[in-house]
Amino acid sequence: MKFGIVVFPGSNCDHDVYHVAKHVLGHEAAFLWHKDTSFAGIDCVVLPGGFAHGDYLRAGAIARFSPIMKAVEAFAARGGLVFGICNGFQVLSEAGLLPGALMCNAGLKYVCRDVFLRVERQDTPFTARIKQGTVLKLPVGHGEGCYYAPEEILKELEEKRQVVFRYCDAGGQVTADSNPNGSLRGIAGVCNARGNVLGLMPHPDRCAEEVLGNAQGRRLFDSIVYAWELARRQRI
Amino acid sequence: MKARVYVTLKRGVLDPQGKTVCASLHQLGYREVTDVRIGKCMEITLGGLPRREAEQRLKSMCEKLLANTVIEDYRFEIYEE
Repeated sequence: MKFGIVVFPGSNCDHDVYHVAKHVLGHEAAFLWHKDTSFAGIDCVVLPGGFAHGDYLRAGAIARFSPIMKAVEAFAARGGLVFGICNGFQVLSEAGLLPGALMCNAGLKYVCRDVFLRVERQDTPFTARIKQGTVLKLPVGHGEGCYYAPEEILKELEEKRQVVFRYCDAGGQVTADSNPNGSLRGIAGVCNARGNVLGLMPHPDRCAEEVLGNAQGRRLFDSIVYAWELARRQRI
Repeated sequence: MKARVYVTLKRGVLDPQGKTVCASLHQLGYREVTDVRIGKCMEITLGGLPRREAEQRLKSMCEKLLANTVIEDYRFEIYEE
């Protein structure tokens, strides 16, 4: 399997994702420069964390117009797997590939710590190896992670089961205290209706191996590989 | 020709910055303040456009880039210096 990692000026987790894909998972990985207008042979595109284009105006607002984004949109429209982590999630929401918006944290401060997440569904390529209801511990590091969508969109998200991750406490309860940024309904990660595009504020790329003291993030990447292999076998 | 573009949070969208400034004004004794909403103001210089066209172009800029219409409203005024 080959991961393609988009590099915007200001991306700073591109190498973390590359390391996980190539050295932890043992799969192929390639960087995709934001000025490229096409890519080929990629099975999963990752938009990494960072501060693309300085986060000027709004996080992701300028990055969504980088030339590579047209190719990412076409890839997603063909059913390709697209995974936006942190700043990558902000870019995908600005691009309209995911619903809602990510706003300034309710507490106004940049939040950098471990949080607990409840996995809301297993039937996505990004959670295929994680049982629904599982509580994961992943780190967040963001200033604009407060998920917002108008009430009617939130309702639609719930109906279509597009909320894939919610902030929760260690026991899996979604509470105000366990919500690091004021996100509506504790939303930490959403997918599109088709389920092939995911945005997630916490960083699985920063905790994918034991040497870092936490390997729980690897479960998302293992899921992606598992889902991709399953799809490939079905094609053959 | 210049334009001043105002981008503000939609009604109902939480504005933690505005809330904090409101509380600070209260602390300074400005008890009459009941709410503060913070937005952005951009001054844009435009060249060689008739006013009507400038309005259309500005609307397009706001929709495309300057505002995120999921969370923000925008308005603008055009003026000559």
